[in-house]
Amino acid sequence: MNGLSAFQWLESTGVGRAIRESTWLFPAIEGVHLLAFAVIGGALLLVDLRLIGIGLRRVPIAVVARDAERWLLGSLAVMAVSGTLLFLSEAVKCYYSPPFWVKMSSLALAVLFTFTVRRRVTLISDAAANPMRDRVIALTSIALWGGVAWGGRWIGFSG
Amino acid sequence: MSLLPFCEWLAGTNGSIALHESLYVYPIAESVHVWTLVVFVGLGVILDLRLLGVALRSVPVTELVERLGPWVVAGFVVMAASGSLLFYAVPVRTYQSVWFRSKMVFLVLAALNAWVFHSGVYRSVARWDLATTIPRRAKLAGAISLVLWAGVILSGRFIAYNWFDCDHQPQSALVNALAGCVVEPDTPPR
Repeated sequence: MNGLSAFQWLESTGVGRAIRESTWLFPAIEGVHLLAFAVIGGALLLVDLRLIGIGLRRVPIAVVARDAERWLLGSLAVMAVSGTLLFLSEAVKCYYSPPFWVKMSSLALAVLFTFTVRRRVTLISDAAANPMRDRVIALTSIALWGGVAWGGRWIGFSG
Repeated sequence: MSLLPFCEWLAGTNGSIALHESLYVYPIAESVHVWTLVVFVGLGVILDLRLLGVALRSVPVTELVERLGPWVVAGFVVMAASGSLLFYAVPVRTYQSVWFRSKMVFLVLAALNAWVFHSGVYRSVARWDLATTIPRRAKLAGAISLVLWAGVILSGRFIAYNWFDCDHQPQSALVNALAGCVVEPDTPPR
């Protein structure tokens, strides 16, 4: 089974068909996806701005990061579920959409980076000791998640 | 007074037509409008969650308001500018969209809620900046804010759909009234 036929099969599943054939389901799921987008963005930006030194200042990075992580994980879960449902309803369109592949590659890198390097620096080690490193990590995080957001918005304009 | 004649005039201006027909400027304005949600609503939500006592409880409320406030304000400016461009590109249909209208109602209520919070319970913040029990009125402001901004976002997203557009006649008199549709009394059903 090659990639395209896998995507065709995904689109033909009952879930994908139900969403595609309903007037309200796709927009409603998209709405949930967008609400979670605001929350995940806030949870990421809160920590990244703190790392750069232009957000919260009086609070240790670890405190901000630990708290933000709950909201990050929660909104990421909502995004993943709603995003998968949206994908199932138009898998073949996604297959031919370059922004979709940009989004998925950025997402893989962003998740990997966020839960390894960024997590280690913000939660475990003493982040205040190295402002330059913190800035690089924050800007990398913003760039990677920005790629996800770019791809996500542009899937809608493609095809 | 109806703003319809004004919107019709706006739709005929060169800028509106250029924006409407542009291949890139319109999608870019729309993308900026969506991405800025992260700054404006995303950081605003953090403050709301803090007021509810479910996030960053060890961070003083004033620290969040003072350090995140400027970002939220800057986000709002970008939101308003990009949103105005989007309206300018499609004035008549947007003006007659029930979703745009509900978005504006939610927006006004959200602004009112923020004003009530800042001119009310926030004045005594020194007494509950780090307190374990947050005043009920502050919690209420946070909860109302979350609901109203969700309303703004969902209404805004649904403007893109033409479910209740004025050219979809016949539709219920209530929808026509809410959308401000001008309907000929003897319009034959399609």
